[in-house]
Amino acid sequence: MLDKVLFYFFAAIAVASAALMVTRRNVVHGAIFLITALLATAGIFLQLRAEFLFIVQIILYVGGIMVLFVFVIMLVNLDVALQQIQFARKKWVALLVALALAAQVGLMFWSSGKMPGQGLPVLTAAAATSLPPNSETVAHSLFESYLLPFEIASVLLLVAMIGAVVMAKKRT
Amino acid sequence: MLPIENYLFLSLALFIIGVIGVVTRRNVIVVLMSIELILNAVNINLVAFSRLYGDVTGQVFALFIIADAAAEAAVALGIIIAFFRNRETVLEDEMDLLKW
Repeated sequence: MLDKVLFYFFAAIAVASAALMVTRRNVVHGAIFLITALLATAGIFLQLRAEFLFIVQIILYVGGIMVLFVFVIMLVNLDVALQQIQFARKKWVALLVALALAAQVGLMFWSSGKMPGQGLPVLTAAAATSLPPNSETVAHSLFESYLLPFEIASVLLLVAMIGAVVMAKKRT
Repeated sequence: MLPIENYLFLSLALFIIGVIGVVTRRNVIVVLMSIELILNAVNINLVAFSRLYGDVTGQVFALFIIADAAAEAAVALGIIIAFFRNRETVLEDEMDLLKW
């Protein structure tokens, strides 16, 4: 019961603030709404008992990436930009893409023969004590089975860091 | 308690909102933020299935996606700053130097 309440609470916040993020004129408001959506997703992760990802989501996404976004908005966004048209005239393309995606999911349910609410797998509400410690199992999987991808990801982050510095520095 | 399709539909909704943002908005920064939203929607799917099968691999891949999103955001924002310095605009339809 509590699981359901928490899920619908966080899901409603996530969808509502995502919709507001896409539709607001002001980019700073959009960034704030994106932060709300990411925090609500972090709540969904916690409800799924993924505590490590919950913390990573808050520290890295909300604390790192979004601060970067807000800094760049401060550097780049002119007051002039607010007066300009914010939406390209591509409404029909967007509608078409959205309908295609929704149709794809409908086709998935149709071809599996199981409509929502009929015999699809259900996540059981496990007591927190009956699950293995989350951070420990993630660390085991990360450093035993996925050690090479982990190292490649660190090289990727190094390359991205150097690339960002080179891109943003002033030409002399 | 909760069937898996609840998470799938939440993820689908966030994904579609992100795609609409990418297609319709003119401001490049909002387009980038919509891409972050899309990556986030994928993460919800991965974590939900990892919980369903009791296997932590999905969460490890969600971690990789978060690292990837960080790298992408850093490079893309650097490009935006460099571009803004040259052309004084952040609107994507004014970035037409290579357009035929």
